[in-house]
Amino acid sequence: MTRPTTLLWLALLALLARPVQAALNVLACEPEWGALVTELAGDQARLTVATTARQDPHHIEARPSLIARAGTADLVVCAGAELEAGWLPLLQRESGNGRIQSGQPGYFEAAQHARVLERAAVADRALGDLHLAGNPHLHLDPRNLLRVSEPLAQRLAELDPANAARYRDRQRDFAARMGAAITRWEQRAAPLKGLPVVVQHKSWSYLVDWLGLKVVADLEPKPGIDPSAAWLGQVLETLKAQPARLVLRTAYQSPRASEWIAARAGLRAVELPYTVGGSAAAKDLFGLFDDTLARLLEAAK
Amino acid sequence: MPAGEHEHGARGFNLDHTELVLSANVDPYFRGLVNVAYADDETSVEEAWFQTLGLGRGVTLKGGRFLSGVGYQNEQHPHAWDFADNNLMYGVLFGENLRQDGLQLKWLVPAQSFVELGVEVARGQAFPGSAAGGDRNGAGTWAAFAHVGDDIGSSHGWRAGLSWVQARPRDRAGVVEDLNDVEAATAFSGRSRTWIADFVWKWAPEGNSRERSFKFQAEYFRRSESGELACADNSASGGACGDVRDAYRARQSGWYAQAVYGFAPRWRTGLRFDRLDAGSVDLGANAGFLPASAFRPGRTSLMLDYSPSEFSRFRLQLARDKSMQGSPDNRVTLQYIHSLGSHGAHRF
Ligand SMILES: [Zn+2]
Repeated sequence: MTRPTTLLWLALLALLARPVQAALNVLACEPEWGALVTELAGDQARLTVATTARQDPHHIEARPSLIARAGTADLVVCAGAELEAGWLPLLQRESGNGRIQSGQPGYFEAAQHARVLERAAVADRALGDLHLAGNPHLHLDPRNLLRVSEPLAQRLAELDPANAARYRDRQRDFAARMGAAITRWEQRAAPLKGLPVVVQHKSWSYLVDWLGLKVVADLEPKPGIDPSAAWLGQVLETLKAQPARLVLRTAYQSPRASEWIAARAGLRAVELPYTVGGSAAAKDLFGLFDDTLARLLEAAK
Repeated sequence: MPAGEHEHGARGFNLDHTELVLSANVDPYFRGLVNVAYADDETSVEEAWFQTLGLGRGVTLKGGRFLSGVGYQNEQHPHAWDFADNNLMYGVLFGENLRQDGLQLKWLVPAQSFVELGVEVARGQAFPGSAAGGDRNGAGTWAAFAHVGDDIGSSHGWRAGLSWVQARPRDRAGVVEDLNDVEAATAFSGRSRTWIADFVWKWAPEGNSRERSFKFQAEYFRRSESGELACADNSASGGACGDVRDAYRARQSGWYAQAVYGFAPRWRTGLRFDRLDAGSVDLGANAGFLPASAFRPGRTSLMLDYSPSEFSRFRLQLARDKSMQGSPDNRVTLQYIHSLGSHGAHRF
């Protein structure tokens, strides 16, 4: 029978196509964690980011390309807190890669090292597609990036001991720059304190918490459920009693609902980068917050 | 109708079936899944398997009762189908899915693109095998598959595959109308070989399917069976058969192609074409009693569905069905799918 031989040849061809490797193959689930890996590892890591700022990280399919990347990864870095519950377990399973299974050193969850908001007390789908393990959009409080950077650098060092000193040095350098930037951002954002805003999904909870904004309404009737006409009507009523200034959305969300409410309630609709790559200026984690604050301050004028 | 089989639904209201799925990582090394289907008074174990997580080097081993990795649609459960009913090809090949009681070894080749190879050995007690064919030492069914795939830019993803299934049915029962138009019971023993080619292509603007998306999916099969066919004596009821057993050889082919377009958030529409070709049949001495049909069943289906959330979906489907000889049929189906419990997986 010739068939298995053909398969074997296919496999050999694919093996030959395998590129030369850097020290570590890292798969980041979201751009923000990819950017943090770049800060800590530089070109010591061969990085693939599973999603872009234009994609909704809750709704990704386990595409063949992602399974292939998971198969060769030494480390997978994700937000965790069930953000990737719909696709990451499939990647872990289908990859046949023992190193990146949950609980192994090759799997790193940012949420386990951050201050997590909004842990749910009840598991009821009638409340929407809740994040039971807490809100996973935790990178939008930059203090969480600081918290996560140290254990992540340790993990990189554990997996690649030969370069341990380099990861430690880069982490110290990152922490110093990020710490200084946070002080600068907090001063700049002082006028935003108490600013009433409307959000679309709980993507903004950490930003709101950090900057002391005030959420008046959410365009999603329940987490993960798209805004309906009836709900938007209710939001409009709420806004009559409690006026807001801005309505915030990510680059991956449709502008329809926020433009609709902005036109009727006299607010300004603002698209924020949400993550690295979400705008031209958000090239890295520092650009992400520079641009976010610039847009907020401009819109709140 | 056994639980989990999706034959043509009854007219009027109809609770087709309910599946209960339990899956969890047993420990860092194994994952298990049990899927039990309930349909009125019947319960059947659709799947019950374990899968290794930590073998490493891209190798996974699965054992128990599982959905075979052949083709594309085979691993999908009915609630994940894009149409309310099964395509004709899978109906004729496996009933619903090829379900294996056995072992599967899969290897994800460490490469930049997705290359996956797999082999399965199974008892082979279900079609295209048979209960008696499965009752032996060793395997009644062998299967092998290769899948490749990748992205093109951030908007396109694709996967293509080639699969092979071989079964050794013994006294596999069938029912046909003989040349006197009387029902005759047949039994086939021999070898059944199937090739399947599959292709899937998905598109979404910048990979964000929230607003718009497109999916094209097509599969093609060729099956050849050779062995002996017996036609049980039915002369008492006026039939033509008289317990003749003789050589039998048949070749069949068929395909389906479907496209689903998500044209607005939560709304999708789809079109599917099904075609089967009875191909060539050599009935040997049974040619004197049984008809060699040259009929080419076909069907065209159009669907529209609306998903209030990721966990519920309503579907309307219209079909022009020429899958039964001489009786084209127009069918309207309204379907409601609901999933409860923890977050399901987003397969490609
Ligand atoms: Zn969320």
